[in-house]
Amino acid sequence: MGKQLRVDPVACAGHGACAELLPELITLDEWGYPIVADQPVPRGLRHAARRAVAGCPALALALAPVP
Amino acid sequence: MSGSLTLPQPALAPGGPPRGPEGPVGALPRLLPAPGAGPVDLRAHLARYGALGSAGGQDRLIREVAAAGLTGRGGAAFPAARKLAAAGEARPAPVVVGNGAEGEPASSKDRSLLWISPHLVLDGLQLAAAAAGSATAVLYVQRDERLHGRLAGAIAERAAAGTDTARVDLVPAPDRFLAGEESALVSRLTGKPARPVYRPVRGLPRLAPGRAALVLNVETLAHLALIARYGAAWFRTAGTAAEPGSMLVTLHLADGRASVAEAPLGASIAGLLGLEVAAGPAGAGVPSVGGAVQAVLVGGYHGTWLPAAEAAGLPLANEALRPLGAAVGAGVLAALPADRCGLAETARVARYLALESAGQCGPCFNGLPRIAAALEHLAGPRPDSRARAGLERWAGLVSGRGACHHPDGSVRLIRSALRVFAAEAGLHEQGRCRGTDPRPFLPVPAGLPVSEEDWS
Amino acid sequence: MSGITHTTALWYASRATGVVTLLLLTAVVVLGILVNRQGRLPGLPGFAVTGLHRSVSLLAVAFLAVHVVTAIADPYVTIGLAAIVVPFASAYKPFWLGLGAVSLDLIAALILTSLARARMSRRAWRGIHWLAYAAWPLAVVHSLGSSADARSGLVLGVLAGCVLAAAVAVAWRLSRAAREVPRARRAAAILSRMSARKAEL
Repeated sequence: MGKQLRVDPVACAGHGACAELLPELITLDEWGYPIVADQPVPRGLRHAARRAVAGCPALALALAPVP
Repeated sequence: MSGSLTLPQPALAPGGPPRGPEGPVGALPRLLPAPGAGPVDLRAHLARYGALGSAGGQDRLIREVAAAGLTGRGGAAFPAARKLAAAGEARPAPVVVGNGAEGEPASSKDRSLLWISPHLVLDGLQLAAAAAGSATAVLYVQRDERLHGRLAGAIAERAAAGTDTARVDLVPAPDRFLAGEESALVSRLTGKPARPVYRPVRGLPRLAPGRAALVLNVETLAHLALIARYGAAWFRTAGTAAEPGSMLVTLHLADGRASVAEAPLGASIAGLLGLEVAAGPAGAGVPSVGGAVQAVLVGGYHGTWLPAAEAAGLPLANEALRPLGAAVGAGVLAALPADRCGLAETARVARYLALESAGQCGPCFNGLPRIAAALEHLAGPRPDSRARAGLERWAGLVSGRGACHHPDGSVRLIRSALRVFAAEAGLHEQGRCRGTDPRPFLPVPAGLPVSEEDWS
Repeated sequence: MSGITHTTALWYASRATGVVTLLLLTAVVVLGILVNRQGRLPGLPGFAVTGLHRSVSLLAVAFLAVHVVTAIADPYVTIGLAAIVVPFASAYKPFWLGLGAVSLDLIAALILTSLARARMSRRAWRGIHWLAYAAWPLAVVHSLGSSADARSGLVLGVLAGCVLAAAVAVAWRLSRAAREVPRARRAAAILSRMSARKAEL
């Protein structure tokens, strides 16, 4: 089952931990807010993605099933 | 706009509405009484439309609404029958809300409907409550003492006459652009400020874990009240096959007059706005518009600018508008006079939209002000070339990255302005401008939000 | 002292681990403030501050466990198992040890809710996390009252250092929060800055 990364933009405060932990899929815009690649998370990055989700101090990042 | 109520002027004659079956509401207008008539009290309401009668069960009503093809009149055009059906299945019964917040400054159709025909809306609210199996309903209306007084009176009238089964609470909405956004509305109903909420899963919005809300625009409720009386076939005698029925439109004419009118879906935009259309250059097939109007704003401040000649040949229907990147929305149509500067008008609106950001999502509250400032710059003489580049970059960063569609809609408007007023932008680079009339055309409220109270 | 007896060893261990626990708890508080205000530690990426905050808190729990076990096991004083979590249930110095029990209870709540963070509402987690500002001072007062050693010499110096560090961190947090633009003003603040500063473009 494919999983996709999603950011809760209200909870996100621009800490930037997600981009540090998963630079392959997440970059920061010029204001420090995450831009998440709009594709399912490749198998090899699943573990890193879970770490990124756990590493967000605002709990703004989530792994959700692809609709 | 804030604090004052715009009463509708007599409806302008649209381009030949279709005739319907004989009866008090055979032809248009359906939702509003005859032009020039005053607000309708309960007695006059019943005399004009007849009693509601037993709905015949919620299933029958939902089937009738589905057959009628009624879509939401708040701008999103979601099929009303599907919302009603979802509400009917939800346990416990959802709270039913009539959304009359009308945060869009260029739109006054909901205010007018509530002022003139409140009983149609209240009938619809009762029908929706019955379909949802709910005993409580809410009417969410912008904070306006006179309007609230009138609505409270109408509710009391009905209570005295014993017409209502569901209790109706009147809840004031803050005077914010986003106050009528569905999740912001639900936020306000739970006692929090009216700010949008992140909702990754669509469906009926939740007031609390386990308590959903059925939110319908007040005009949609009014149509519901008529469908329940006269049926789906009658509803379809106006409009097109794909987009049936009539809708209320707010018209801003080039001469500065504004009014609310009822028109069938598919009505000619030129007819509604009084655009003089002449046959174009021989054989071109493209109409030209008499020099008074340069562009038409379709759909409001999250809508799209279209060149006047293009708009003049279009019907007010999503089928024709969507391919051009536009949509009917909440029925706002504005004809920009030729002697105004389209960039300056849009810059004023962009500034308003930026200040109306809820301030929650980084891309929105960072991007929209920068975009607005850049557009203000482009609306001035000899703008720096970096303004345009910055604007494009920020527009790309902002779309789709908020909890609601405020950034997306604002960017849509601004991008369409840059397309339609490209010639104007060229003039500005040379230090010139076609605008000779400095007066503002599009309505933009003066007050800006400063504290949490302004969102409550 | 003629020699280190078993009981004396437990007595020393309890006090030593108590001091270390307090040091670690102070570090957790300071790191937590850094996380909240997006502060950085020199040479470390942002995610490391969060990681340190969590790791040090678990380390503190480990030392807290040893501190409690050695104190209970020490036959020189009668505390009783219940007194670990039930405040003021100890026979020996019930009040001061009771404060420690309250602090421990709060810390347990903080740790457990943080481990189950993804399963609870954000508001509930935040509400409970604020209890850290009760747990830490209780630990300080518990230290001061439980042992005469804490009120003099090196240990007092360490405690004073902890209080100073926490006070500085809290003051820093409050000053940053006071300068933060409220939600209702964020767009307006940026707009006025942009309009004034065309050079930004």
